[in-house]
Amino acid sequence: MSIAWNAFTPASALMGGAMIGAAAALFVVLNGRIAGVSGILGGLVRPQAGDVSWRIAFVAGLVSAPLAWRVLDALPQIRVDASFPALVAAGLLVGAGTRYGGGCTSGHGVCGVSRASPRSIAATVAFMAAGFATVFVARHLIAP
Amino acid sequence: MYTVASFAAGLVFGLGLLVSGMANPAKVLGFLDIAGAWDPSLALVMAGAVAVGAGAFALMRKRTRTLLGAPVLLPSAWRIDTRVIFGSLVFGVGWGLAGICPGPALVLAGTGSAKGLAFLAAMMAGNGAFEFLEKKKRVAAGLAPTRSS
Repeated sequence: MSIAWNAFTPASALMGGAMIGAAAALFVVLNGRIAGVSGILGGLVRPQAGDVSWRIAFVAGLVSAPLAWRVLDALPQIRVDASFPALVAAGLLVGAGTRYGGGCTSGHGVCGVSRASPRSIAATVAFMAAGFATVFVARHLIAP
Repeated sequence: MYTVASFAAGLVFGLGLLVSGMANPAKVLGFLDIAGAWDPSLALVMAGAVAVGAGAFALMRKRTRTLLGAPVLLPSAWRIDTRVIFGSLVFGVGWGLAGICPGPALVLAGTGSAKGLAFLAAMMAGNGAFEFLEKKKRVAAGLAPTRSS
């Protein structure tokens, strides 16, 4: 392992992380819910009366973030290296896996870890380990 | 009011993803590549988020109503079972393939990126497949169809 010091961005990482934590805090303090993106989206697949508008509003907020950003400044660098077939496979795995596991990086990783939930900590360890392993196989075993 | 609060939370969340670099799949993969040139930034994103979030969750744990009067609906499941481990492993494989998880998928879609939209469409199809299989399982077990979460 070698650390890529030129790519390391500690200040913006902490700052952005604090904003994500503030959003999750705002959400639980006002709406009393977990800001878990996969669960919020999942509830829209089988919508129930009276349970839809807050979900759509949260999703609309996320989608609007780059639009709001662009009003003030050019977007930061965003690069998607994966091919379309890889993106489709990845999307299917992420969509099904997060619903089956009951959460993703936001619901388990941020909110669950903030609550010190053993279930969410286990989920976070599992998806991080699988992520590390997948990138290792893809970058160092298949295409070194 | 709840709708406004939801929108505001989603917006701040999305801006945080952009500021932190989590919305950039190349940076996420740089974090997941521990055997290569490792970029540890995203560990600090999580540390920052948990540092700010923990206080709010500790406060709400003791309350039954929010500041707006809504009921506090926090998950009561604490048990570690095969579902949460297996589902999270599957999610992690997908995350490692593309460097995109659900929040950033929505932000990427908002940038108008074709690749972001393709990922989001596939993710929603994966969501739908999960709902379909769960419903079939409940019907096979002779249970009334209920919502899983």
